[in-house]
Amino acid sequence: MRIAGKGLVDGSATIGFRFDGRDYTGFAGDTLASALLASGVRLFGRSFKYHRPRGVMTTGAEEPNALVTVGRGARAVPNVRATVQEIHGGLEARGQNAWPSLGLDLMAVNDLFAPFFGAGFYYKTFMWPRAFWERLYEPLIRRAAGLGALSGRSNDEAYEKAWAFCDLLVIGAGPAGLMAALGAARAGAEVILADEDSRMGGRLLLESHEVAGRAGADWAGAVLAELGAMANVRLMTRTTVTGAYDGGTYGALERVGLHVANPSEDLPRECFWRIVARRAVLAGGAHERQIAFANNDRPGIMTAGAVRGYLNRWGVAAGRSVTVFANNDDGHRTARDLVAAGVRIAALVDVREDVAMAGDFPVHAGARVIDTVGRQSLREVVIADREGRVSRIASDCLAVSGGWNPALHLACHMNGRPVWREDIAAFVPKPGMVPGMRVAGAANGAFSTQACLAEGLAAAAAVLDDLGFKAAPVDLPEAEDGAVRIRAYWEVPGATHRAWLDFANDVTTKDVRLAAQENFASVEHMKRYTTLGMAPDQGKNSSVTALAILAETTGRGIAETGTTTFRPPYVPVSIAALGAGGQGRGFAPKRLTTSDRAARERGAPMIEAGLWYRPSYFPRPGEATWREACDREVAMVRDRVGVCDVSTLGKIDIQGPDAGRFLDLVYSNTFSTLKPGRVRYGLMLREDGMVMDDGTTACLGPGHYLMTTTTAAAGQVMRHLDFVQQAHCHDWDLRMISVTEAWAQFAVAGPLARDLLNSVLAEPIDGAAFPFLACGEVRLMGVAARLFRISFSGELGFEVAVPARYGAALWRDLVARAESLGGGAYGMEALNVLRIEKGFVTHAEIHGRVTAFDIGLQAMVSGKKDCIGKAASTRPGLSGPEREQLVGLRPVAADRAIAAGAHLFDEAAEAVSANDRGYVTSACWSPTLGSHLALGFLRDGRARIGTRVRLVDHLRKAEVLCEVTDPVFFDPEGGRARG
Amino acid sequence: MASLIETTACEGLLPVATQDVTLGELPFACITSVAPFDGRQDAVAAALKAMGLGWPGPGQSVRAGDAACFWAGRDQAFLIGAAPEGLAGIAALTDQSDGWARMHLEGPGAEAVLARLIALDLRPAAFPEGAVARTGLGHMMAVLLREGPQSFQIMVFRSMAGTAVHNLHQAMRAIAARAAV
Repeated sequence: MRIAGKGLVDGSATIGFRFDGRDYTGFAGDTLASALLASGVRLFGRSFKYHRPRGVMTTGAEEPNALVTVGRGARAVPNVRATVQEIHGGLEARGQNAWPSLGLDLMAVNDLFAPFFGAGFYYKTFMWPRAFWERLYEPLIRRAAGLGALSGRSNDEAYEKAWAFCDLLVIGAGPAGLMAALGAARAGAEVILADEDSRMGGRLLLESHEVAGRAGADWAGAVLAELGAMANVRLMTRTTVTGAYDGGTYGALERVGLHVANPSEDLPRECFWRIVARRAVLAGGAHERQIAFANNDRPGIMTAGAVRGYLNRWGVAAGRSVTVFANNDDGHRTARDLVAAGVRIAALVDVREDVAMAGDFPVHAGARVIDTVGRQSLREVVIADREGRVSRIASDCLAVSGGWNPALHLACHMNGRPVWREDIAAFVPKPGMVPGMRVAGAANGAFSTQACLAEGLAAAAAVLDDLGFKAAPVDLPEAEDGAVRIRAYWEVPGATHRAWLDFANDVTTKDVRLAAQENFASVEHMKRYTTLGMAPDQGKNSSVTALAILAETTGRGIAETGTTTFRPPYVPVSIAALGAGGQGRGFAPKRLTTSDRAARERGAPMIEAGLWYRPSYFPRPGEATWREACDREVAMVRDRVGVCDVSTLGKIDIQGPDAGRFLDLVYSNTFSTLKPGRVRYGLMLREDGMVMDDGTTACLGPGHYLMTTTTAAAGQVMRHLDFVQQAHCHDWDLRMISVTEAWAQFAVAGPLARDLLNSVLAEPIDGAAFPFLACGEVRLMGVAARLFRISFSGELGFEVAVPARYGAALWRDLVARAESLGGGAYGMEALNVLRIEKGFVTHAEIHGRVTAFDIGLQAMVSGKKDCIGKAASTRPGLSGPEREQLVGLRPVAADRAIAAGAHLFDEAAEAVSANDRGYVTSACWSPTLGSHLALGFLRDGRARIGTRVRLVDHLRKAEVLCEVTDPVFFDPEGGRARG
Repeated sequence: MASLIETTACEGLLPVATQDVTLGELPFACITSVAPFDGRQDAVAAALKAMGLGWPGPGQSVRAGDAACFWAGRDQAFLIGAAPEGLAGIAALTDQSDGWARMHLEGPGAEAVLARLIALDLRPAAFPEGAVARTGLGHMMAVLLREGPQSFQIMVFRSMAGTAVHNLHQAMRAIAARAAV
């Protein structure tokens, strides 16, 4: 019900929205909660476990009850707090955890079985038969319980992450935060003022207080106008600081587009900020507590501060006849404000006997609320006076104030523990719990407006002093300065029905007592036993009351009982915001070669190799499967000429007087003897003696080398070289840098490779001038290039490198020339077949657990010098017949396919892991040899060449009898590459 | 014989613009990495001085006309827009001209765009004109230089140009969309 003339909303701007399938209207400035309350809606959702009808309880981010799902389809967001969601023209929200509807929820039958459903019930009851828990009981229970559900589909909306830096981060823009920001900003400090509300001002917007002789909201508006005009101030509305981390770093969640009707696709819905601040002032206010009494969860029962907040800020009366129940003077303000606005106060019930409150309504001092009536909306409040006489008060709204809990969460995020203050019955932060952070105002236990203003200003002065700024004059305005008068009162004793503590997780006082009774008596154990404080509100509304009841039950004091651990985030943070930028392919950058476009134009499917995209094969018309294209490409290289982009291999330029010596240290074989114009194959070991990588290194000139690495290990090798140089030989004179990206490099392989190259080279080459493993500078088509005679296919092969800007053009030219010679481009599939036929290893074989001995390259570990990994490679057990050694495998029946990953067994042995003799690492169909081929590791394999093994693929249920062969299947003498 | 056509790293990707930020590709320039050999630091600095430049301190750059020398890491600088005269033999030199996509980001929102992708404090006091950083741009390694109050030079590996442009353009559009709310 809207009260004319009250509130800060813009009554001239009407906005339509939908809730639970019905149309409603509200005003600009309304939240979903205020607009629905104004429209008379009481029922917002169903509770977690018992499906109890629930209404809105608070005005803020701590709301435990009014959780709704906003949006539709993949874009639906569950568990949105109606108190935070602003209304807009496109808003579509619905209540949660109800079937078939909020009003008629069949699951509410759970409430009738409530006597059975206390904490720990499931664990004790559904124990037998054991297997039923996972398959039957738990899924059933989970379906019946719960809050909103995710859509299960990928949300395509934009989210964002960002960084910000400042001298001072002020968290909360109430009276304390505004004064802190103003004090620091006037002195010239760079200030970020973050507030989770859509409008700054904090409690000043919710109260009827005056500040400096004007309405609190107007004073806040004037301060904000001044701050907004200053270049050194950034005002971040709708931004909740969610965590305090090391080094003055704070996480913050900004609602960017969630309040906008029909937002642009580019507009992020939320932004997750990392704010690095030299200092911070936490001025996050406080949360009002409930009092536990029977049936204290009915729609219409709210915090007293919320009831007057809805009136003062949104002009909404939360009921027609309001009862106030309090243990402190603050609750009385609600009665005063409502009466002033013409709302009927049915009664003021105060547990204190000495309460003095005059008003045009009945005051029941020393009384208490013992029950309530009304299922989907509160109808009656049942009270007992100090003599125990029971009476019923017709009331549709009950405003409860059990005192205030400072919102000190962020101050405790680095494991600091707050201290209990008996005088205000609240936990307050200790100074210095988060380095660089001060706490001011209600978050610090200073509850009067005057104290908040003063503490904010004092915090700014202290920060300015810390940072060496000269403070500028700021007047401290005058405001109400009421003392805190409270009697700690947590629970109305002798409840005959359940009394709720954690509304969001349906935890009652009885559950807390049960926990204590079953010896889950520490506060952390009680939390886990009951799930109190584990719902979206993370105990903001319940945990202090619960631990007070636990303290009472166990006979310890509240201070001794202590709080549970406060951990980030302070409010729920969507994974979409935390992972912003990582949706779909945003997860990793794409690395594209210069031939990428040409390959895709030819319809080549691309496969990922590290971050690179490489063509699998180049399909031609009439080829139905990848195998046909692959077989043709292999035959092209063996018979004519093929061209393949090998730019993705790592290239490291190494220069300096000690470069050769350095290569000797990192490679197992010798490189210092390599002459300019020559290339050598090298093997690199890890410190532990296992093979790390292999590749070729060319000597470009005296003391100048170009190392190549495999595509996948390029980064690892670069890091390794850096480490070796810095850790083992920092005084050797050499420099290295990656040049992978600078060069486009293409393999040209096949019997006609030289003919193809001679058609583009300025000066033709021949076998004598450019023998196997030669390299040199050449010119082709007007461009300076590098030529290497190396082969990964076993054919006459070259690799030609040009500056990357020429790569696209050279690729098209080489492929066209190859095609005119009966060849063409070949992809990764053909490359793999060609190298398996030749027994060349890749990281399928050098997978990190093999030694040079295992792959048959022990001769490459030079005996004449030391190298990284050499000593470790001689350890017992890293060579010898017990090792699994690289072998070739050929099915006895050539048409039987072999799959990589299959395991090897002796011919007569049972195929069980105890008899495992090895495994297959690479497999292919060899069109050259007309047989399936594989490489694999077999125990004592080299001694078993010529024998047979049983190959069993347990995954694909295949079994193939294979002959063990040398790993080099094709051209074992290597004449083709050298010719 | 036909000559080879050059393709720039950001061919077909740039320029892009939003209301108050533009992203364009910088024209091709010769880039040479310069890493002085042991004991030749002064000689290298002198040679760079003779070119009107100088050896840049960590996180700094030295500029003279179209030529510039960027700090690029420990004992390493990138000489951009000038041939490495007088440096052969006293420093390891490699041609990096083709290894990088070089972009120019300019406009009142440039700093806000970079705040979406780079974790550094880029406020003018912390990252003034001429400051250089090797840093992360999203998931990519990048070189960043502040050219002026509202303009930056960004270098990423050539192969990642597409992802860099996509990420930067996305951040630009998000900033523009915020301004339109």
